[in-house]
Amino acid sequence: MIALLDYGAGNLTSVRKALTYLGATFETPTVGENLANVDAIIVPGVGNFNATTALDNHWRRHIANVVAHGSPLLGICLGLQWLFDGSDEAPNVAGFGAMTGRCHLIKQEDDDTSVSGPFKVPHVGWNSLHRKRDSWVLDGVAEGDQVYFTHSYAAPVTEDCVGSTHYGVEFASVVERDHMVGVQFHPEKSGDIGLRILKNFLNRVGS
Amino acid sequence: MLSKRIIACLDVRNGSVVKGIHFKGLRVAGDPAELSRRYNRDGIDEIVILDVTATIEKRKALADTIHAVASEIFLPLCVGGGIKDEGHADAAIEAGADKVSLNTAAMAHPDLLTTLARRYGSQAVVVAIDAKRVHSGFQTYVRSGQQATNRDAVEWAREAADRGAGEILLTSIDRDGTKSGFDCELTATVSEAVSIPVIASGGAGTFDHFVDVFTVGQAHAALAASIFHYDEHAVSDLKQHLHKHDIPVRLSC
Repeated sequence: MIALLDYGAGNLTSVRKALTYLGATFETPTVGENLANVDAIIVPGVGNFNATTALDNHWRRHIANVVAHGSPLLGICLGLQWLFDGSDEAPNVAGFGAMTGRCHLIKQEDDDTSVSGPFKVPHVGWNSLHRKRDSWVLDGVAEGDQVYFTHSYAAPVTEDCVGSTHYGVEFASVVERDHMVGVQFHPEKSGDIGLRILKNFLNRVGS
Repeated sequence: MLSKRIIACLDVRNGSVVKGIHFKGLRVAGDPAELSRRYNRDGIDEIVILDVTATIEKRKALADTIHAVASEIFLPLCVGGGIKDEGHADAAIEAGADKVSLNTAAMAHPDLLTTLARRYGSQAVVVAIDAKRVHSGFQTYVRSGQQATNRDAVEWAREAADRGAGEILLTSIDRDGTKSGFDCELTATVSEAVSIPVIASGGAGTFDHFVDVFTVGQAHAALAASIFHYDEHAVSDLKQHLHKHDIPVRLSC
């Protein structure tokens, strides 16, 4: 059983439909204690980083417990950002802190040539993944494969970054530390490549 | 590099896809889920379901159609037409839409953009602006292009963005259904005026029209309907054409 966390940050219909399509069994826990027997956790979410305050110490304790036992965790979009120390979007809100670094507003560097036309934030649309190192969650995903993004803040490229993307700056679009992963894009909206990434996660849950 | 998006619009009425010429004279062109599957195979980047008659006939977009498409096509899905209030937007999003497109209701109640942006995030809120050339610039029309307002389209685009819209779906009424090309001047003017992405719509007839709107028009995405409906490989052929013209696109595997 996979726990799909619903903490009020955006609508989960698309993630539910994709998981259902892939044959996954999941539930949406209402209290942290519900996580006691889950095989994996998915932290989805779109919107403001401030929304992650709903994942309070009670939830964090139970989530940390699941992760400590080696169960996979997938953060999607805001869920990836939450894995870090925090975000400039809500400076007083602490992230989960599993990965070191802070998320910053996307901005265009002077020497950047990756943008065609007026530079816009949020970063909306299909953009390429660049493989940084071996990754189980990116198994079968080729250098340059495109996925669908919609976000204004982004995580830094650190040792946890296994896939990066360029938009104004280079940012971490896929992070991975052992069984903990995060994707800045929406795999549930990224066609066959996105389904492959979700499938990789589900395979890890089963193994 | 961020790709330019190619968006297929499904103008839906009573569960079937139709396409109007100048918003009138509707013709039936297919089943929405079947068309979406075909577009997905051919490499479409996004799908918009528009219930073109909803505003006029007081009909909201069909949740069944949204659900059918969203259950098997894992691409961004936007739904518009007849979304008048939070309840209509909730219903579309609950059925599987990622974004809702507001036109007449946004003009009548601009606060609705802010309310929905707070609830779902700006990425879920698209403001649809139907614009027509007048001597002084571009005039905004509502009610499926049938009712003129006193609002300048560029000024309205700025306000909508300030109020929380995350994208602008900009349709040229003059070009819609004519296959004579996008209104690149309109598109570029709005794109330069706002900090959010602009989707150009209305007038697609040839592949070179898309080249024009992505270069001269500074569009981030381009939407079309009839050009895709009758040719099995139109989307992939279009993307190859854009790629040859050095326009970044997502090419199918």
